[in-house]
Amino acid sequence: MKKLIAALRLTRANIVLSSAVLIGSPAVMASEGGVRMDTAPINQTDVASLQSGARTFANYCLNCHSASLMRWNRLMELGLSESQIKDNLMFGSDKVGDLMSVSMSRKEAKQAFGAAPPDLSVTARARGADWLYSYLRGFYRDPARPTGWNNAVYENVGMPNPLWQLQGERVRVEQAAKGGDGADSAHGAAHKSFKYEMVKPGSLTPVQFDETVRDLVNFLVYLAEPAATSRRQIGTLVLLFLLALWPLVYLLKREYWKDVH
Amino acid sequence: MAATDKPPVTGTGSTALDGLLTWVDQRFPLISSWKAHLAEYYAPKNFNFWYYFGGLAMLVLAIQIVTGIFLTMNYKPDSNLAFASVEYIMREVPGGWIIRYMHSTGASAFFVCVYLHMFRALLYGSYRRPRELIWIFGVLVYLLLMGEAFFGYLLPWGQMSYWGAQVIINLFSAIPLIGPDLSLWIRGDYVISDATLNRFFALHVIALPLALLGLVMAHLLALHEVGSNNPDGIEIKEKKDARGVPLDGIPFHPYYTVKDILGVVVFLIVFVVIVFFAPEMGGYFLEYNNFVPADPLQTPAHIAPVWYFTPYYSILRAVPPLFNSQFPGVVAMGVSVMVLFVLPWLDRGAVKSIRYRGAHFKVALTAFVIVFLVLGYLGTEPITVWGQFGSWLGNADRATVVSRICTLVYFAFFVLMPWYTKVDKTKPEPDRVTH
Repeated sequence: MKKLIAALRLTRANIVLSSAVLIGSPAVMASEGGVRMDTAPINQTDVASLQSGARTFANYCLNCHSASLMRWNRLMELGLSESQIKDNLMFGSDKVGDLMSVSMSRKEAKQAFGAAPPDLSVTARARGADWLYSYLRGFYRDPARPTGWNNAVYENVGMPNPLWQLQGERVRVEQAAKGGDGADSAHGAAHKSFKYEMVKPGSLTPVQFDETVRDLVNFLVYLAEPAATSRRQIGTLVLLFLLALWPLVYLLKREYWKDVH
Repeated sequence: MAATDKPPVTGTGSTALDGLLTWVDQRFPLISSWKAHLAEYYAPKNFNFWYYFGGLAMLVLAIQIVTGIFLTMNYKPDSNLAFASVEYIMREVPGGWIIRYMHSTGASAFFVCVYLHMFRALLYGSYRRPRELIWIFGVLVYLLLMGEAFFGYLLPWGQMSYWGAQVIINLFSAIPLIGPDLSLWIRGDYVISDATLNRFFALHVIALPLALLGLVMAHLLALHEVGSNNPDGIEIKEKKDARGVPLDGIPFHPYYTVKDILGVVVFLIVFVVIVFFAPEMGGYFLEYNNFVPADPLQTPAHIAPVWYFTPYYSILRAVPPLFNSQFPGVVAMGVSVMVLFVLPWLDRGAVKSIRYRGAHFKVALTAFVIVFLVLGYLGTEPITVWGQFGSWLGNADRATVVSRICTLVYFAFFVLMPWYTKVDKTKPEPDRVTH
């Protein structure tokens, strides 16, 4: 039964997503790393997923990143009470009406990572859900990097894998391009072929990890535009009103224009 | 007394209301203005689809002014606060996101309406004698609108705001001799900065809207002086009845007011779909990179203007530099807009409307529309978008070659116009409007 519900949820997510693609989601950029993006199976109406994403966000992202355009108690929209937000998500002594700031100063952060971690309030609108979903699942161990981490989507990124305890540690193994004749491999020179090998498993299975990242990305998309769901709801009503108005206006025009030949 | 000569006010309203109307009318040309511009302004009865867009552009102007007023109540023109204040409007101001999306969508909708309105003028020769001044006022409105859009685009203080303004203001520094000082004077600083943001805000909310309103008024007054053109391109004032009313004219009110309401509802349906379901319009109305705060130290990999500027941006990029100076491109871009002013004197056609023009004009106009759209598309993309030609063409970027050809066609449309409109084999115009 639980499986069935999960399957249904996924289908619904796919429908929502395909409509999002139609409307136009941020261009899937192949510029950084030349890696194909995975489609993020997110669903903005899935409250459980958004809550889970909020938890992951508070636990793993907010230590270094801020979301300083977002008020904590706005998360009540996700079905959380003030005390739930305060007890489960907030660690500092902030008030529930405060913004999601970060205790680490920008100067400290710059020393630690080489670049201050950007504010994440509207990142999902700049990067797009697919990019975030691919990026957060694209970390691998790389001893050549100062942090010991590299990323397939954003090469030589300053950020270490924040979710490594969940995902585990992977290394990247380059592969020869398969089934390519001479011309094809010359064409696909920029297209890197590789796979990951798990060196040290994390606390989650790969499937669980993908779900965790999906929920996190779902939350980041919500965070970038908290009004988006109500925007679509109000829009539907406005549209229905105008569609109902149209025939009346049409009849009015026809009545007035009867005597024009 | 002149006041008593006015016709009595008719109507079924109460006598108190009639009395008030008379009182006002004796002191202000209320009823005569109503008649001159609405109830007794005779418009040709054969307006078609293309005639909706002038009125719709006025509607969008009203939307922009009203939403703009509410946006300024919470926007902060300060380089440290601007980006966050826009998001404050999106998140904390009740209904703020509707106001902001209406304003950002309205900017693009304004250009859609104006481009279609101008295309209508090309189709039916609405810029021809005696309507040259209407056209010139209209081109001035278009120029001001471009300035208004450009200044407004800096205000959200995102990466595209910042670097787009950087690119455009740098164009002025390509002008010989005065260029560097001129761009410094525009910016008010050596880089785009708080000073630039403040002056752009002032120009965007006060100076240009005021000038825009005045010019729209002049555009309308000139139109009502000579009367509207129509899809047949003939003058309805040449055939009048005994009362002096054009035989093919109908009072603007109520006929075209009720018809325009129909157009408004259809327009609003499209507008609402964008505002509520696709406010970014796939990155064309709100660019994704503009959700990253402006960073003077980090140049984005790809800087593209918003879609309504891209045909001209393409022309700028298409013209090769001379002595390492971009000046020829800047001149070409400037001329590509300014040439619109002389359009009424370039057209030597025997008829106004495309319905009675010959093949020459139809081919020229079709080519013009195609290259305008291709230039517009290419302006949104990096020049490498279509890859390169082989070594036999010097490995040139395909998009650059195509935009050069399109630029030539764009200018040929105007430069050759006196010739091809004159030699065109036109059909005879009808005496009265047809459909």
